[in-house]
Amino acid sequence: MRSRWTWKALSAPGVIWLSVFFLVAFYAVIAVAFGNEDTYSAPIPYWNPLDWNVGYMLDVLQDIWNRGQYFTVFVRTFEFVAIALGLSLLIGYPVAYYAARHVHGRWRGLVLLCLILPFWINYLMRMLAWINLLSPDGWATKFLHYTGIDQIFISLGLLANEGGWLDGQPVTVILALVYGYVPFLILPLYASLDRIDQRQIEAARDLGAGPFSAFRRVTLPLSMPGILAGCVLIALPMFGDYYTPDLVSASPKTNIIGNQIDQLTRQGSEKVTGAALTLVLSAAMLVLMIYYLRTTRSAGQEAAEA
Amino acid sequence: MRAWLRNPWGQPRALVVVTGGYILWSLVPVVIAIMFAFNAGRSRTTWQGFSFRWFTGPVGVFHDPALQGALKHTLFLAVICVAVATPLGVTLALGLQRWRGHGAGTVNTVMLLPLVTPEIVMGVALLLLFLKVFPGLGLGTVPQAIGQVTFTLSYVVVIVRGRLVSIGREYEEAAADLGAPPHDQILRVVLPLLAPAIIASAAVVFALSIDDFVVTQYLAGGASTTTVSMLLYATARGAPTPALNAIATVALVITLATLSLAFFVYKRFAGGGDAAVAAAMEI
Repeated sequence: MRSRWTWKALSAPGVIWLSVFFLVAFYAVIAVAFGNEDTYSAPIPYWNPLDWNVGYMLDVLQDIWNRGQYFTVFVRTFEFVAIALGLSLLIGYPVAYYAARHVHGRWRGLVLLCLILPFWINYLMRMLAWINLLSPDGWATKFLHYTGIDQIFISLGLLANEGGWLDGQPVTVILALVYGYVPFLILPLYASLDRIDQRQIEAARDLGAGPFSAFRRVTLPLSMPGILAGCVLIALPMFGDYYTPDLVSASPKTNIIGNQIDQLTRQGSEKVTGAALTLVLSAAMLVLMIYYLRTTRSAGQEAAEA
Repeated sequence: MRAWLRNPWGQPRALVVVTGGYILWSLVPVVIAIMFAFNAGRSRTTWQGFSFRWFTGPVGVFHDPALQGALKHTLFLAVICVAVATPLGVTLALGLQRWRGHGAGTVNTVMLLPLVTPEIVMGVALLLLFLKVFPGLGLGTVPQAIGQVTFTLSYVVVIVRGRLVSIGREYEEAAADLGAPPHDQILRVVLPLLAPAIIASAAVVFALSIDDFVVTQYLAGGASTTTVSMLLYATARGAPTPALNAIATVALVITLATLSLAFFVYKRFAGGGDAAVAAAMEI
């Protein structure tokens, strides 16, 4: 009996820490969102649910319902994240597939190292790299001009003028999101593709499936959990991102929900509205978060049982 | 070539091109950014010859007070974060691993939540917590350190628990059979076996802290609490000198050196690099 208490006592500091700085902190968002403002527009939280003032939250929800500014920003956020997710999969899946299935021996370590490296390079440094390359006299701008790629973007209406990659172009923001988050997608994809039993694919081939059909009917379905987990894993931080649009666009035209929250809470003095918007975002993310936690937990249980 | 035409899906040449292209695309821009840290001129876009002036010159990383301050504050926060998050995470992992029944599932879910919560939600939550619940602390170093510990803690638990699962309970049970009381089982049997995982998680926390941006920015209070990431955000589009590339390079070198060191320690003492790669994958 005493040893059972040992384990609870060992957990206690961590549990207390998470309770105060994660759970109470999140409750502070709720208390502020359902609170009020003083005359200097500083937030007054209402801690007791019986006192809650739903006015600010209603304003935000009404704005979204009536297709106001927050609605526009939410729709833009979903568009950016959806396109960035699609492009990330298009790039990430073949890379993960190749690394998991076709690289052997000592090359494997090197390829894995290259795939893991971007993980540990400061995200903002990776953005800084592109800011330098895409500035009007940057190397990438010159290359894109020399090859005529910028003309293609201009004729497609994706770029306003030559060398203007960083003046508020949605396409730059989306590509920056892809660049920023694709490494985080490749690793779970790699893990799920690497786990597939080679014999299942061989069985499909023995039974007469061509390589493409074996891929479509065996490999792809078996890697689906990895695809979904990876997409959730990068969609969550994309929905909370504000620095990528700030850095590569800095224009209100490319504001996503993170920018809106950041402007209201950290930079601005409308913290109550900002907290309400944070709650709306969290509610929208809850489904994704629960999905991810459930799949990782069941994967962990399988591993523990094996 | 003919073989490829006959069966383009059998030979993964297209995949070689995509993978090679991806690796170049993901790393070359950063290599160029590092290169421009050594530019002799003031430009971050035009190469004007090699020099160390943005490191050792009067406005370089090692002399400019603002840059030096940001670097020192970043490292200070990282050290504090490692010192607090590692023991907290190790004890929580040990407790959670054995704690069965009431409450364990809830604690486990809450422990994993910071890993999937968009950072801006944590940033807003901690900002409001420190403004409204602990207004006496003010914003700055202490809240920044607390915020970083809160989101790095879960990484420690995940890494340490992975190792706990792989070493099993046999050693502990042997110690118990030989009459060791619970605290001796932990201190003299489990902890030494966990050492590689503890070192690995400390390195991961250190790197996460150095690279963190959102929580650190939300809880910053004034210029003296600026970190390298915040400096990058604030000046990447503004004041353009290669000193910014230089300070990012210094932070990167510190991060990668710490992680490589931990990787080799892990490989040496935990048997095989596969476990380390698996631990990296877990995150």
